[in-house]
Amino acid sequence: MESSIPTLLAGAWLLPLVSFTLILLFGPRMGKAGKGASYVAIGAIGTGFVLSLIALIKWSGIPEADRPLTDNWYTLAKFGSLELTIGYYIDTLTVVMFAMVTLIATCIHFYAVGYMHDELHDFTDHEVTLSDGSHLTRPGRFHRFFQYLSLFCFSMLGIVISGNIAMTFVFWELVGICSYFLIGFYIERKSASTAANKAFIVNRVGDMGMIIGLMTLFATLGTFNFGDIKDAEGHVTPGIFSQVRPADAHGDHGHASATSHKIIAAADTGHDDGHHEGDHHGDAHVAKLGPLQIPTGMVLASAADRISAGEKPTEANIEKWRGEGLGYGLLIVAGLGIFCGCMGKSAQFPLHVWLPDAMEGPTPVSALVHSATMVAAGVFLAGRFFPVFTPEVLLVIAVIGCITLFMAATIAITATDIKRVLAYSTLSQLGYMMFAVGVGGWVAGMLHLITHAFFKSLLFMCSGSVIHAVHSNEMTDMGGLLKKMPITAITMLIGCLAIIGAGIPLVIGLSGYYSKDAILAQALSFAGVNDSGWMQMMFFVAAGGASITAFYMFRLWFMTFVGKPRDEHRYDHAHESPKTMTYPLLVTSFFAIFVATPLTSLDMADAPLTAALTASRPTSDHDAMYAKNKVEGEAQAATWLTIPAEHDSHVGTIGGMSIHVLAGLIAFFTAMGGLALACCLYWWKLVNPAEVRDMFKPIYRFLLNKWWFDELYDKIFVKPTFFMSRLISGVDKNVIDRLIDNIAAGTRWFCTGFDTWIDRLFVDGTVNWVARKTHAVGLALRGLQTGKIRQYVVLIVVGTVALFVIATFGFAN
Amino acid sequence: MSLLTEPVGLSHYLIVAAIMFVSGAVCMATKRNALGVLMGIELVLNGANLNFIAFGSDFLARNPKYGIGLDGQIIAVFVIVLAAAEAAVALAIVLNFYNNYSTVDVDQADELKG
Repeated sequence: MESSIPTLLAGAWLLPLVSFTLILLFGPRMGKAGKGASYVAIGAIGTGFVLSLIALIKWSGIPEADRPLTDNWYTLAKFGSLELTIGYYIDTLTVVMFAMVTLIATCIHFYAVGYMHDELHDFTDHEVTLSDGSHLTRPGRFHRFFQYLSLFCFSMLGIVISGNIAMTFVFWELVGICSYFLIGFYIERKSASTAANKAFIVNRVGDMGMIIGLMTLFATLGTFNFGDIKDAEGHVTPGIFSQVRPADAHGDHGHASATSHKIIAAADTGHDDGHHEGDHHGDAHVAKLGPLQIPTGMVLASAADRISAGEKPTEANIEKWRGEGLGYGLLIVAGLGIFCGCMGKSAQFPLHVWLPDAMEGPTPVSALVHSATMVAAGVFLAGRFFPVFTPEVLLVIAVIGCITLFMAATIAITATDIKRVLAYSTLSQLGYMMFAVGVGGWVAGMLHLITHAFFKSLLFMCSGSVIHAVHSNEMTDMGGLLKKMPITAITMLIGCLAIIGAGIPLVIGLSGYYSKDAILAQALSFAGVNDSGWMQMMFFVAAGGASITAFYMFRLWFMTFVGKPRDEHRYDHAHESPKTMTYPLLVTSFFAIFVATPLTSLDMADAPLTAALTASRPTSDHDAMYAKNKVEGEAQAATWLTIPAEHDSHVGTIGGMSIHVLAGLIAFFTAMGGLALACCLYWWKLVNPAEVRDMFKPIYRFLLNKWWFDELYDKIFVKPTFFMSRLISGVDKNVIDRLIDNIAAGTRWFCTGFDTWIDRLFVDGTVNWVARKTHAVGLALRGLQTGKIRQYVVLIVVGTVALFVIATFGFAN
Repeated sequence: MSLLTEPVGLSHYLIVAAIMFVSGAVCMATKRNALGVLMGIELVLNGANLNFIAFGSDFLARNPKYGIGLDGQIIAVFVIVLAAAEAAVALAIVLNFYNNYSTVDVDQADELKG
């Protein structure tokens, strides 16, 4: 069906590019000191938001059967079977992400106009000291900031709309380069340029993995497209998803049992397919994607040696090989590779080190990077590739997410830089999202992605507002600002409450309450169906993380806004931020409260956002999935790993208790515990934080130094790299250079001699010979030149007559 | 039919021109006086001129085939102009030569021999 949605979204996607180009070309001439650039950028992203909103409204009119919309717009290049295209793959997640990204980006653009006003005139950077002791003064870069913001939005929207993994990769890198530009916005500060480099390099590590995954997919499946593309003749090219999860195998059970590798729900847990057919709220949603199956391309790739040994790749043989699990490894490699890219972008352990340093960028950038763009891209891609992930890959994702969320939360406890606390909190929340995806909670993860985007952008903008007021990032310089800047304080309180998932258990709460609840419920459900102790541990880590979240968020809020001012001078100069900065705070705080609120009942699944995401869950059979366990080459459904149905986290029970209720209560009490602790330490001052610090000195130092990760990487990667570089440059200088110098000198010496000889003998010889001969001929002919004019006349006459004679008789015939 | 009996036509002009040309050439070759040589040159040039005129004239050619329009006449004018210029230059050289050597014998002017 023709739909205007792709066009609308393409408009929203391309407008920031237009704005980027305009500012790039005319930026400095736009209004006074480039102030017009901000209007252009805001206009572009604002229109983009309107278009996205129209698309979101229209989306509900698209029949279920037509979803997702996917096609190619334009073929960039074709090399044999490799086709690079610009296309779109639009499902509910895409549309929702578009609305979310453009809304938040619009708010941040507005906010940045206020925040970056220093850049409108010559800017003196007090953090850069020149060699003569003065501070650097440079022209303002207001327009450049908005130029990069526009490019950033364009890149992010490109990832979201992208219809194939190659296009995703292109925009993936664009997002990377934009973050590099923006983190390094104050390029003269050494810390900023180092942080920009760090972000860029660490992301390259992840992208390396992503390229491996991408190549694996292309080499075995022969396509980059996510969805099936129907060309003009009606010929359908199957995309990645339908090759990994062919829909026809879904209903064909005889077929399915023949391929015993197929992950079948075991009867003993009662998660059979029939259970899920009548899924959620009785809606007739049938997943278009079937159960996970090793794609034929991967089977063939793995069976290459058998084929060359003479076995024919017949249908029966392929089924047999598939039954033996051939190609499953490739599927895992592809999944892990793609996740590797997500790890880099979303700053998951062990590639998380760049994100806290990215705080060197201006605060609006932090707000954008940490909520709607950069880091969201990783989680978004993990969500997009959810159908391709095998249970083992999901387990890896869950473990990585779990480690990240816990580690980052603990580091956030000791950080004193207000933005760093938020950075680690972002890390931790990203860990939650990845963890949710890993334990099968696609809806939970994506919901948290969106709710988090709102409250994290809110928190960052609030912190920016505070920094703007007190001109310091250190919370030790703040305190008691509640009276000075009430709007910032209240909106930030809303953000804090949202991020800790505050709410009345089982009744109502802020947006974070719903998403975090969903994650914990899914984690609990996961813990319930898996026997291994460490898998069950992950739930407790996540719940504990929630408690730590509450603690550090309120530590931040109390240290900033209540108590006595720690720095009187800064306190006296503090003031509420201008309206361009506070209005975005109000808008985002509205969404931070209500974005996931159910409208018709108290059931969280009734929230429009949650319901839409649930309906668009890409697979329904992940719902009960067993990793296979190869026993003597025979693949069997084994029980060491189960990814539970997401539906179960709503209706399932564990030990007689409803999972949902149990998880909700646990989440509530852990969060309250953390909150209470924060109150004790920083509000009521029942305990002096310094004493606690002294009591746990080793742990404190461990956390303060961020688990020694930077030092560890310095020792493991940076130092050896430097050592190797020095070694190699030494070899280069002392051996290779010397060798080359000597060869060059020798060659020169030889050439000089040889060249002289050749020159003298042949070149000069030839020239001299010609000259001598010419001279001789001249001497011989000089006799003719008698100087007698009459003789010449006779010669002329004789010559003329001779010519006539020759012409008459010589050429007569 | 003899040339002497037929009406004056192209051939007659050509014969006169040839005689003038040959006389001029002989004059140039035999005269030692530089002025004589110049006169020979005039004869040669005018002989050639006569040819141009004769070939260029429809009346003389009596045969449109030989007619070459006004080109012959134009070239003749050019030649006359050229001859005048040449004579002026040549006379100047002769005068100079006479000033230095007190003679106009061209055989004496052989200092540029090889």
